[in-house]
Amino acid sequence: MTRGFIRMLLVALLAFAGMAHAQAIEPMPFANHAQELRFQHLTRELRCPMCQNETLADSNAPIARDLRNQIFQMMQQGRSDDEIKQYLVARYSRFVLYDPPLTPGTWLLWFGPLLILLGGAAAVLVAIRKRSRGDGATERASFEQAPTDNGDDW
Amino acid sequence: MNRLLPFFGFMLLVLLFGFGIWWNTQHDPNAIPTPLLNKPAPAFNLPKLYEPAQKVSKADLLGKPYLLNVFASWCVECGVEHPVLQAAGPTLGVQLVGYNYKDAPDDAKRWLAEHGNPYGLLIADEPGNTAIDFGVYGAPESFLIDAKGVIRYKHIGPITPEVLANELKPAIAAMAHEAAP
Amino acid sequence: MTPELGQLALILALLLALAQSILPLVGAWRGNRALMAVARPAAAGQAVFVAFAFGILVWAFLRFDFSVQYVADNSNLALPWYYRIAAVWGAHEGSLLLWILILNVWTVALAAFSQKLPEVFASRVIAVMGLIAVGFLAFIIFTSDPFGRLLPMPGDGADLNPVLQDPGMTFHPPMLYMGYVGFSVAFAFSIAALLGGELEQAWVRWARPWTNIAWAFLTCGIVAGSWWAYAELGWGGWWFWDPVENASFMPWLVGLALIHAQAVTEKRGSLRAWTILLSIFAFSLSLLGTFLVRSGVLTSVHAFASDPRRGIFILAFLTIVVGGSLLLYALRAPQVVGGKSFKVVSRETVLLIGNLMFAVAAAMVLLGTLFPLIGDALNLGRVSVGPPYFGFLFPLLMLPVVLLLPFGPFLRWGKGDSPALKQVLLRAGVAAAACAIVAAFFVDGQLKAIAGVASLVWLTVGVLLYAIKRWREVPRGRRYPAEMAGMLLAHLGVGVFVAGVLLSESLSVTSDVRMAPGQTQHIGSYDFRFDGAHRATGPNWRADQGVVTVTRNGSEVAVMHPQKRTYLRGQVQTESAVNAGIFRDLYVALGEPMDANDIEGAWSLRLYYKPFIRWIWGGGLLMMLGGFVCAGDKRFRIKRAVKAGIATTDLQVQEARA
Repeated sequence: MTRGFIRMLLVALLAFAGMAHAQAIEPMPFANHAQELRFQHLTRELRCPMCQNETLADSNAPIARDLRNQIFQMMQQGRSDDEIKQYLVARYSRFVLYDPPLTPGTWLLWFGPLLILLGGAAAVLVAIRKRSRGDGATERASFEQAPTDNGDDW
Repeated sequence: MNRLLPFFGFMLLVLLFGFGIWWNTQHDPNAIPTPLLNKPAPAFNLPKLYEPAQKVSKADLLGKPYLLNVFASWCVECGVEHPVLQAAGPTLGVQLVGYNYKDAPDDAKRWLAEHGNPYGLLIADEPGNTAIDFGVYGAPESFLIDAKGVIRYKHIGPITPEVLANELKPAIAAMAHEAAP
Repeated sequence: MTPELGQLALILALLLALAQSILPLVGAWRGNRALMAVARPAAAGQAVFVAFAFGILVWAFLRFDFSVQYVADNSNLALPWYYRIAAVWGAHEGSLLLWILILNVWTVALAAFSQKLPEVFASRVIAVMGLIAVGFLAFIIFTSDPFGRLLPMPGDGADLNPVLQDPGMTFHPPMLYMGYVGFSVAFAFSIAALLGGELEQAWVRWARPWTNIAWAFLTCGIVAGSWWAYAELGWGGWWFWDPVENASFMPWLVGLALIHAQAVTEKRGSLRAWTILLSIFAFSLSLLGTFLVRSGVLTSVHAFASDPRRGIFILAFLTIVVGGSLLLYALRAPQVVGGKSFKVVSRETVLLIGNLMFAVAAAMVLLGTLFPLIGDALNLGRVSVGPPYFGFLFPLLMLPVVLLLPFGPFLRWGKGDSPALKQVLLRAGVAAAACAIVAAFFVDGQLKAIAGVASLVWLTVGVLLYAIKRWREVPRGRRYPAEMAGMLLAHLGVGVFVAGVLLSESLSVTSDVRMAPGQTQHIGSYDFRFDGAHRATGPNWRADQGVVTVTRNGSEVAVMHPQKRTYLRGQVQTESAVNAGIFRDLYVALGEPMDANDIEGAWSLRLYYKPFIRWIWGGGLLMMLGGFVCAGDKRFRIKRAVKAGIATTDLQVQEARA
């Protein structure tokens, strides 16, 4: 791909993005406020397959519009959130889920932070243990100290 | 030793990024791999573009493989792809079925008159609902569907001569190979 | 002719940057004062040429010089002059020029204010800044030249993306870069300390004001970006955990940990290795952010055009700078456990726990941002990671921080003080619980909103209790040293921020409605009446402008004018109308006319009621203010005495080594 082409593509995409928010506004005949909230929540969790990282709720791309209508219809048919998500995943793959499901493939994602936290906590504990055993003997005499304030040693 | 941990961790990250840059040169970052690969194509029942009273269903097309090409008059890339299809159409070995996606019939007909018509069969999906079942999210997209109605290959984006030679033709050949005993 | 002068200036700047980096480092190693003395003049020279190059680009924009490709791509004859200036950093090449300009701003400031630092140390610091400049200048000159010509020259240029034509755009990138680039100063200090074997014990104190200011600027940049997204993008959101947003948030989190670690190291001499490591990480994440945005490795609405060649260049630069510094760290980081010890219940411990949470949060954001890439590498299929992931884990990780925050100032260095802690727990806890119960009635029992009120009260009372304690116990004039005042402001900002987030997220109301002129919709406690739409024009756009009158209990609150603009090149942009308030925002976005041929008929609109959303940015600004105030503390100003003694000792040691 040449630079010129990429530039053109980017301009096109950005122009497209600019159009988005006008057409993402689409009043739908919700039965009640709770249904409207459910729709908003659901479409915010789903990713537009076409766009560069936008939710179905915010995107204007034609496919996003079609999918929003489809979701609305499925809601009217009484399908649950999970069924709607399954429907979309069957057609567009897990890509459309901003909330990655917990599968062996995403263990690293969901448990990684916990492991890092545990590892870091262990390191912190070791550091605290090492320090609290000290009695000030390791003080470096040449270290410059700021004037302290009223015993607060601020 | 654990002083070197940050360094090694960082190097792992560099490897990942190097891979990322390389991967981007090989793949279209916007293409989503289809979950329908090697699964039966969704059932459909769509009107022909030129004879809207007649409908074509999936069952009608069983028995022979075909390349389903999703296109539209509003799609810029389709214009890029079209000459390739026109040139390659007769030699593909499978029928070329045009799938007009979210297009006003008049616009589509005008576009085809202008750019040529390589399709053996033309069906129209103006509302775009059936396309959702195929996992279509833009145009052009192409599906290679075998005689039993199973999707064997999907390409997102225009079919360039490279894609034709390196991916589509081998896929068609592989399909033909297993059909012949 | 003139744009080529810009190219020439950049090349000269590169040569000077090479001199600025290599010669003083050699000089510091060998004890050669002449070579070390090259640092400041070379830095000044480089700054002059970079500023000159930047000025030439700005001039090209102001004079509509479409023979320059970059100008033609990002501006046109109808673009107002203020957006033409902002267009200078609107795309990849120009934004890099801004980056190197700001690096020079920091370097010049450093060169000017480091006169009293020991020469060996100062020349190393400036040299490291020079090394970074070399990398960026080379990158610009060899892959991203903004001065390339477009011949034949077109009569008019393309337009600057309408999304970028907003006051926030003039502000957000420079502030962000001031922050990103500012972390290079803390980085340079740490590298100089590693190279010098840390003979300068006070180096952390010298580094602190620079780091605080950089962090404050980064806070400002992030707040500006969030506010801009809210005002400009039309979906009423203020943060999306987009990869590019995350790229700025990670250095912010690590910078936050760094500020606190520096405080511990400066006052107690402990945790020196951690402080050095954190400053390397903070700057590395800044560089990483630069990589992520320009390499095409991640998908984002925000990313600049990708080019594998550029990606490889930055990756190589990243590897050399970060890899090199981490190797240096492995070899030279303080091996001896130094500084004062501390008990389990002490201020050090609480700060360590806080830093742990910030670091884990940064790691979590990195993991989530990179996971799609990891998924591709390990063939796990295309996975998307978005707000449901980040928005779930981040508050979880920050919960311990929020809970421990009021105790920090009351704890002492080295050992805790139980009665004071119990008092804080009691008073702040009871206040928070009481307010939470009251709030429960107002918000229909919504947990998030109650949590927001409780956090606000918990944190604010904690800050107030300490402020009162200082007032009572310390005589006038010494009550609130700048460092402490900054801390109190910033911590207060945290409370305001958390309240803003939780309350606006739980209490916002959004609705897409179809309205004919004269119809009214009730949202929140407000009535929105649509008064029809008509045509309007601007310097480079035409628009359909709607009029929405908002009343509350019959009295008029605001008249709002949402627009749907069409720019010269056909791009359509929704300009939402926002009625700002301290306690709530009202927000209206225009959709589509029901009948495309009749713009004066009915329209679809999106109406928002957003309570307390300004508190999000207000809290952020308080944190920023805290950072700036803290940096101004008299203690950080260097006295003459420091230089003489240590400099001579240092030189003697250097000579002994050589």
